Amino acid sequence: MNTLKYQSQAVAKPYFIFALILFVGQILFGLIMGLQYVVGDFLAGAIPFNVARMVHTNLLIVWLLFGFMGSAYYMVPEESETELYSPKLAMILFWVFAAAGVATILGYLLVPYSTLAEITYNDLWPTMGREFLEMPTITKIGVVVVALGFLFNLGMTVLKGRKTAITMVLMTGLIGLAVFFLFAFYNPSNLALDKLFWWFVVHLWVEGVWELIMGAILAYVLIKITGVDREVIEKWLYVIIAMALISGILGTGHHFYWLTTPEYWQWIGSVFSAIEPLPFFAMVLYAFNMVNRRRREHPNKAATLWALGTAVMAFLGAGVWGFLHTLSPVNYYTHGSQITAAHGHMAFYGAYAMIVMTIISYAMPKLRGIGEANCNRAQVREMWGFWLMTVAMVFITLFLTGAGVLQVWLQRLPESGEALSFMATQDKLEIFYWLREIAGVVFLLGLIAYLTSFWVTEKEA
Amino acid sequence: MSESFTKGMARNIYYGGSVFFLLIFLALTFHTTKEMPKRDHRENLTEAVERGKALWEENNCIGCHTLIGEGAYFAPELGNVFDRRGGEANFKAFFSGWMKAQPLNIPGRRQMPNFHLSDEEIDDLAEFLKWTSKMDTNNWPPNIEG
Repeated sequence: MNTLKYQSQAVAKPYFIFALILFVGQILFGLIMGLQYVVGDFLAGAIPFNVARMVHTNLLIVWLLFGFMGSAYYMVPEESETELYSPKLAMILFWVFAAAGVATILGYLLVPYSTLAEITYNDLWPTMGREFLEMPTITKIGVVVVALGFLFNLGMTVLKGRKTAITMVLMTGLIGLAVFFLFAFYNPSNLALDKLFWWFVVHLWVEGVWELIMGAILAYVLIKITGVDREVIEKWLYVIIAMALISGILGTGHHFYWLTTPEYWQWIGSVFSAIEPLPFFAMVLYAFNMVNRRRREHPNKAATLWALGTAVMAFLGAGVWGFLHTLSPVNYYTHGSQITAAHGHMAFYGAYAMIVMTIISYAMPKLRGIGEANCNRAQVREMWGFWLMTVAMVFITLFLTGAGVLQVWLQRLPESGEALSFMATQDKLEIFYWLREIAGVVFLLGLIAYLTSFWVTEKEA
Repeated sequence: MSESFTKGMARNIYYGGSVFFLLIFLALTFHTTKEMPKRDHRENLTEAVERGKALWEENNCIGCHTLIGEGAYFAPELGNVFDRRGGEANFKAFFSGWMKAQPLNIPGRRQMPNFHLSDEEIDDLAEFLKWTSKMDTNNWPPNIEG
């Protein structure tokens, strides 16, 4: 059965499937690292912690990028009311990006990182070895090429069709994503400058332009599942992303506190990042409001659950847990502790992993020719996945927060001489790390439940 | 939201507000880069420090350690390791011994790999860590343990 409004939307399907495959990899490596936190020499020879972490974080970034691309390919034709400019280009770029991604991950796993740097000629244009930007320079160039082709394809589609607020916001977000990535190529030998501009990629992605992408996807799904008037939803979208950028751009200052920068960043960073939770709070109000005012009963209950869930979890993870350690006098003690790790986990899951699963939940039944929604049994299984993963992530965050508070108490607050050393402190945090690992296993079970939902069918009558 | 507040108004706040704050951000960043030479002691950035930074990157040290609080939280902060482990008098001796002793192979303990660096490379890396420890980080970290 063909249930797509525009046939070229079908290119989204491999993007979504590949994103979920990489997601599984991310979680498996997360579990390895979680165990290394307590059994320090577990797989230390085969997969040292630094390799596992690089794989864990890079897989996250790449699967979210696949998810965003799939979302854009799915949404833009329908919003623009025209077929995609070139489905063929979208498929070529899919294979290029997938091959580059797999090759890079294999490079991390199969050879020492310094060898990877050597064989990819990092010395010609050194960009490697910085957190989240570990990929070889050649891979970074590949990402830029893929991004350009992707933006060209979407841009041509938007230009020839209807322009909606959603496509405009989505395009600004995606263009911003590509533009800020270019700072990954700037790696001065002065560490202070290196770090300052490194945040132009990292912060302006996740606390800037990615929020536009998230907002656009959420608005699209809400229009579809609630049937609420587009004018209303798009007005909210603008208000939310306006707040996100107005707070988030100068909020970058909360990363500049300790980087040889002038004191005014302590104030600017603190004040503006204190506003950063607001757009996320507005998103919660908006998502629940729209669902309550719904004009139709959409059969895809699972997608509705994801849409509400991503708003709530993004508010908790990015908003509340971000605010927890963002004020300069607090950050002085918490910077680079397990509190940061706690925030990172819930924020990425709540805002970005869940928004991708929201659109996948909405779009997959149509992409697979099933119709508006999966059968009831499949949806129930999917919702099991939702709850197991989400509750597990809440506990991962709580345990890491517990570890972080104790770490700050033992290692950061006392004077030199009385403070416990890093490694001695880590021993005291063991119980939290064990509990976190257990919660991680539950997360994996949730992911398995979620993935198996794609194969669940209605029982034979 | 009230009906008198239209989508057009919301859109203008979005575009106007973002551009306005982006421009402020860029201006402040520009000013910051002008101020930083007073605080980052770039005048002491030698070729050895530069080579040390390249070694830091090519061995993915940030994959376990933090450096001025950024990185992974699996292994100690190294922004101030120069001061913590002997300073001017003893750091280099300590550091060279430490790098060569890896992996420690203590059962159950977190394990640092051996990166097979030459004596000269170890010295470059030490110079990089020494230079980093002397940056003016507004007094971060709060104590010697990092």
